[in-house]
Amino acid sequence: MRSSTVDLVAGTARAAAARRTAAWLAGGLCAAAALAGGWLAPPDAAQGQAQRLMYLHVPAAWVAYVAFAVVLAAGGAYLIGGDLRWDRFARAAAEVGVVLTAVAIGTGSLWGHLVWGTWWAWDPRLVSTALLLVAYAGYLALRRTVSERTGARDGGDHRVARPAAVVGVAGFLLVPVVHFSVVWWRSLHQQATVLAPQRPPIDARMGTALLLAVAAATLVAFCVVLHRVVRLERRLAADAAPERSPARVG
Amino acid sequence: MIRRRAGRAALVAVLLAAGGLLVTGALRDTLTYYRTPAEVLDQPAATGGGRIRLGGDVVPGSLRHDGDLVVFRLAADGHEITVRQRGVPPDTFREGEGAVVEGTLGADGVFHSDHVVVRHGNEYRPSTGPAGPVDAR
Repeated sequence: MRSSTVDLVAGTARAAAARRTAAWLAGGLCAAAALAGGWLAPPDAAQGQAQRLMYLHVPAAWVAYVAFAVVLAAGGAYLIGGDLRWDRFARAAAEVGVVLTAVAIGTGSLWGHLVWGTWWAWDPRLVSTALLLVAYAGYLALRRTVSERTGARDGGDHRVARPAAVVGVAGFLLVPVVHFSVVWWRSLHQQATVLAPQRPPIDARMGTALLLAVAAATLVAFCVVLHRVVRLERRLAADAAPERSPARVG
Repeated sequence: MIRRRAGRAALVAVLLAAGGLLVTGALRDTLTYYRTPAEVLDQPAATGGGRIRLGGDVVPGSLRHDGDLVVFRLAADGHEITVRQRGVPPDTFREGEGAVVEGTLGADGVFHSDHVVVRHGNEYRPSTGPAGPVDAR
């Protein structure tokens, strides 16, 4: 059906309504996840209430992976097709990914303090996640630096988009390193539960709460990316308008 | 312009190399976050009497208190080392669970540690205890 393919970042009323619907859905999912993770799921036998941090930590880490996958895909699409719209998506996804990586490190640190007995350990998973954060913060810094040096508008210029796409695509190499660090090397961090080849036991209520939280975080991140792209395109359009008008006059 | 670009490329290369050296140097310790009892017992000299991390499962029935010391045995792959830990372990520390201790191996084969972290598994089960479950702190 043609009507199902609404351009969600368009400036039309219909697109805005679709974005609002998505935001309400995300809010509803967040409420359901909070209810399931905060009350319906039982506390863990070994870890007690601290295990509830899983419903923040795991979604943050997973959606950060997804966000960096979007940076990879959008960067690749830009490098192949040269459409600057992909570059704007890559930037928005990188922003979301960096924030979520920081959230994953923060919640993980608290969880580690409560259960491991340490805020931080020089463990492969923790160190590689910190490197991931540095890499994509560097990606955002690179965009800004290039745009300030050359006077190019971030999100609307190939001089920013091209090096950013290369760095954004290369940075994704770190994601499998982070994910498999607990398998490849000896680690304090526990291995994956839901995405493990032979799934270790997890209580059904805990698993449901976790999946709800991942779904909620995914939809929230999706809405934030759309919002950021729309804002960026509006700002670029506003910047471009006064430059164009004197040219028309003259 | 070309010379400037070459200079910049050289600077970036030097920075990358320095960063890479730092990272690999830091990661050498990270990639083997802890050693197993078998590795420590096989090559006690390799530890050089320096601080190392030792990991394994706390042997059930081995946990006791000796003054302000906590004494237990860590086992992995059929090898065990007795650990004398100074200081209180985290509340999640239990017999049968994994733990990583940090300290030095004495000449008597006893590991003297001053820092212990709990290594828990990836299995999640509901608490079967009374309504007020233990806070991990």
